[in-house]
Amino acid sequence: MPPRLTRYDPRAFHDELVTGDGVPRPGTERLIDLLNTLTPAALSERQAAADRAIAEMGITFTVYSEGRNIDRAWPFDIVPRVIPASEWARIDEGLRQRLTALNLFIDDLYNEQNVVRDGVFPAEVLGTSRNYLPECAGVSPRFGVWAHICGSDLVRDGDGTVYVLEDNLRVPSGVSYMLENRSVTKRVFPDLFEDQTILPVDDYPSELFDLLTAIAPTDEREPEVVVLTPGIYNSAYFEHSYLAQRMGAELVEGGDLVVGDDDCVYMRTIEGLTRVHSIYRRIDDTFLDPQVFRPDSMLGVPGLMRAWRKGNVALANAPGSGVADDKMVYTYVPDLIRYYLDQDPIIPNVPTWRCAERDQRGHVLANLAELVVKPANESGGYGMLIGPRASRAELARFRELIQADPRNYIAQPTLALSTTPTVCGETLAPRHVDLRPFILQSDRLAVTAGGLTRVALVEGSLVVNSSQGGGSKDTWVVEDRD
Amino acid sequence: MLSRVAERMYWAGRYIERAENTARLVRVHGNMLLDLPARAGRTWEQLLTIFANEDEFARRYERADESAVVDFFIADAANQASVLSSLALLRENIRTTRDIVPTEGWESANELYLYARRELPRAGSERTRHRTLSEVITACQQVTGLLAGTMSHGPGYQFLRLGRNLERADMTTRVLDVPAASLLNLPDEVAPYRYTLWMNVLKSLSAYQMYCQYVRRRIVGEDVIDFLLLDPRFPRSFRHCLGEIASSLESLPRHEEALAESAALLAELEDADGANLDAAGLHECLDRLQRQLGGLHRRISDTWFLPVDQQ
Repeated sequence: MPPRLTRYDPRAFHDELVTGDGVPRPGTERLIDLLNTLTPAALSERQAAADRAIAEMGITFTVYSEGRNIDRAWPFDIVPRVIPASEWARIDEGLRQRLTALNLFIDDLYNEQNVVRDGVFPAEVLGTSRNYLPECAGVSPRFGVWAHICGSDLVRDGDGTVYVLEDNLRVPSGVSYMLENRSVTKRVFPDLFEDQTILPVDDYPSELFDLLTAIAPTDEREPEVVVLTPGIYNSAYFEHSYLAQRMGAELVEGGDLVVGDDDCVYMRTIEGLTRVHSIYRRIDDTFLDPQVFRPDSMLGVPGLMRAWRKGNVALANAPGSGVADDKMVYTYVPDLIRYYLDQDPIIPNVPTWRCAERDQRGHVLANLAELVVKPANESGGYGMLIGPRASRAELARFRELIQADPRNYIAQPTLALSTTPTVCGETLAPRHVDLRPFILQSDRLAVTAGGLTRVALVEGSLVVNSSQGGGSKDTWVVEDRD
Repeated sequence: MLSRVAERMYWAGRYIERAENTARLVRVHGNMLLDLPARAGRTWEQLLTIFANEDEFARRYERADESAVVDFFIADAANQASVLSSLALLRENIRTTRDIVPTEGWESANELYLYARRELPRAGSERTRHRTLSEVITACQQVTGLLAGTMSHGPGYQFLRLGRNLERADMTTRVLDVPAASLLNLPDEVAPYRYTLWMNVLKSLSAYQMYCQYVRRRIVGEDVIDFLLLDPRFPRSFRHCLGEIASSLESLPRHEEALAESAALLAELEDADGANLDAAGLHECLDRLQRQLGGLHRRISDTWFLPVDQQ
């Protein structure tokens, strides 16, 4: 039988593992050798073994369907995505640069607003931002850091350039799957871990715990750290409990917490009330405190904002961080890096047109069928237009939407997302991938080695979100050989 | 420990015990029916009496024959008390306390549920049923043992243990309640099977072997009642469960009221002298014990769990 990957054809796309003619890229040689020796049956058997492991380990995500919650097994592909350590070093540096600038920006917006005064960031964009929370003005969280945990989505285009597609600064999820993918992959390909250096990822929970300890407003040696979840029906509940378990922190719901007359936060325990210092909150800003935001929120804690503003509790991420998570703000990030750090951006943005600006809007409307249009404030891949795939009716609808509310839309060229060989039955076929690394900032910065590679399991699809038919893969940062 | 987590551990303890007990009861009941002639008057319907869920059964099934009753007790997801429902609830309570339960504990509870969901609906025939229920019972004990052996015996574990022993004590009174209603006044033609029937009561609680070792007399009703209520060493006797409950309570903060309640229950048990009661008296006594167990459950809930408006 001829080696499998000689017949693998990523066509015009940049493939992460092989060049067009089936030659391994640097760092993937061992993996490709192994894949080439597996029979079709052995390949699908390894995939089946991984699926069984996932069911047994109970790695799940929750979806709503017909009014019920269903715990679904996490869709996982066994073929890892590989990045050489030398390339990763540069991405790592670029991500640190980016989050540092974003945090300086958020702190500036809620305090002096020099960036607006100096004409770098337009006041009208700030004025229409849905994620700017006036309730946060004047607050200075420890170290000036607001977005402690950031998940930035990276994509690689046809020419091999890596771009930042978006920065998730509200409650980015996926890191537990990054960790679980690694443990499943170690079971599937143990031999490959023995004869090359694949950078470990499993220190993430300790890094996160250190961060939550560092930002706690107390000198106690062991501050009380909790993870605040919307509850067992949330699609990321698995992740919330996973991280709590790995950190040895309590996993709490809104009803477990109470703010006392002293404006401190307490949790209800079997011993009575216990003081809480640091909250890794996984619920959205507007649900945090029904006294300040949505009064109908059953998820939050009345008085929580008061306690936070007084500096009696740390919230990660800080409320209001989402202001920099807006796709309009995204278009300014390269300018913000220059402004705050006096550096050139290391990782470029995807070229983006702002529909709010007349001439750029003209370009977008004239070329709608070639572009991807995104609403400024949605996440999870919802509310998007993919021009080349859209029907006439959809194009017409987006034309109207953009004209009615131009501030809410940006447009980007349709990228030729890179591919990675992915198990389809008994063969390997190219499927599109992106990458979500996680960046932590407190008094120092930390970046995961690699991140969560998400893969569109449907042929030709560009949508990698797990809620919409996406799966994931392990990501290997492999040390280069000299 | 969070009040919410304490509550989920407590219910995890109850559900795993309930699943195991129900599986055993169905298995033993089936065996007994094979041993007895029809005129002994034993039917599948009597299982419904033990759980006091005749009404719910009647709403969804036409006849209380073997396949309907077995399905209702083991595989009916709409029956809150079925083995399958108990295991689903066990899994849900452990899934939502995964941050404190050892990973192997979660994995085995998860596997047990996946097995039950696949196999119990197919366990209709006598032969597969015996095998599947035995697997479920073994796996329940495995989860219980795994948690006992890998989880620190701090408050989380004590709530699990509380749940287990309350459920166990409750099941013992239920299993005894059926003979209370019929076995003590058997019509003459069934009298020859008295021995088999009481043996069946013991087997339902896995008590047959231990009874033989410790009582060392031919099986008679009065001794069985005495053993199952008052024996201090047998882990499923009512008294032993109360001892376990008291020892868990003592290790928890703010336990004074709950502990007083469990002491009152023990006093009630010792006064009752169940073995010398007639059928009506025994039924009344068991009823009182059950009600007091309910009271103890409410006291535990009021002391340690989240108030209802915070859930």
